[in-house]
Amino acid sequence: MATYELTVNGQQRSVTADPGTPLLWILRDELKMTGTKYGCGIAACGACTVHLGGVATRSCVVPVAMIGDRPIVTIEAISQDPVGRAVQDAWVSHDVVQCGYCQSGQIMSAVALLKSNRKPTDKTIEESMGGNICRCGTYVRIREAIKMAAQL
Amino acid sequence: MGLAVFALLLSLGAVGSFAQQIPARNARRAEGLAAWQQVHSVLIHPRCINCHTAVDYPQQGDTRRRHFANVVRGPNDNGVPGLQCATCHQESNANSTGVPGSRNWHLAPLSMAWQDRNDQPLSSAAICRAVTDRSKNHNMDGPALLKHNAADTLVGWAWEPGRNIHGSPRTLPPLSRAEFAEATRHWVEAGMPCPER
Repeated sequence: MATYELTVNGQQRSVTADPGTPLLWILRDELKMTGTKYGCGIAACGACTVHLGGVATRSCVVPVAMIGDRPIVTIEAISQDPVGRAVQDAWVSHDVVQCGYCQSGQIMSAVALLKSNRKPTDKTIEESMGGNICRCGTYVRIREAIKMAAQL
Repeated sequence: MGLAVFALLLSLGAVGSFAQQIPARNARRAEGLAAWQQVHSVLIHPRCINCHTAVDYPQQGDTRRRHFANVVRGPNDNGVPGLQCATCHQESNANSTGVPGSRNWHLAPLSMAWQDRNDQPLSSAAICRAVTDRSKNHNMDGPALLKHNAADTLVGWAWEPGRNIHGSPRTLPPLSRAEFAEATRHWVEAGMPCPER
């Protein structure tokens, strides 16, 4: 066990954990931030996506010991970001969510896309969102919501 | 005229030394080509060539299948916003999940493709030409290529590739890292000859 000082959503948080503990479980079990979801545990579905040092990252495969001083942003704070707010508003406008389980990760990836590209095409959306799986099949609404958020 | 030049060279003893140099040069080239064959055997192993594609995606596994989730190369060879290489690949292997990792995980640039657009490896000669073309290889000369093969961290991942998603160790290139570096050194010292075809 070791103690780590993390910056989560702009706040300093201290956690004591095994160095190999994935960030996902630091967030959910240690910090009680359950907005980030466990889907597959092998970086294959995208449900656990957070921003780590500004990069959309699968938190289920990032050991806490590797985080260093990179800031972490989770779905709990994404509305504080103008792009994040626009994405969430567009999500509501398009009634994107069905069961909702994957949507934290979908939104985090969409925000990462729009922070780099404010005029995404269908192709760039599909390329950027290709690692986020939705078993309800809300992909068409996700794509339209991203386009709407790009206008906001 | 030619005879006069030959006589002059003969008087200077140059013909003898030329005659001696040709077999020596041929032997050096043969040694270099043998060393290249060893280097090449590593370059076409899936741990290496999977990220030296000629298309807009990496490959994975020993079958060299297209990377799952339609992962794409992106403008900087490290994916696209929202789905960069670093989205999943961290600085070390995640053996509990089978996700490989190393510092600066990325695809080789298209200029260093060792495959054709049908995902088939190029010929040994074509790969050799690509590796030695300084307009394509980040301007690396022989010593720089040797350093790259012997010491680059991401290249070294090929010998410490961790476990796959099934928990089995990933296969390794046919030479050890040290043997690969030694073969590269022999090839560089022999003037980096490439096969004719």
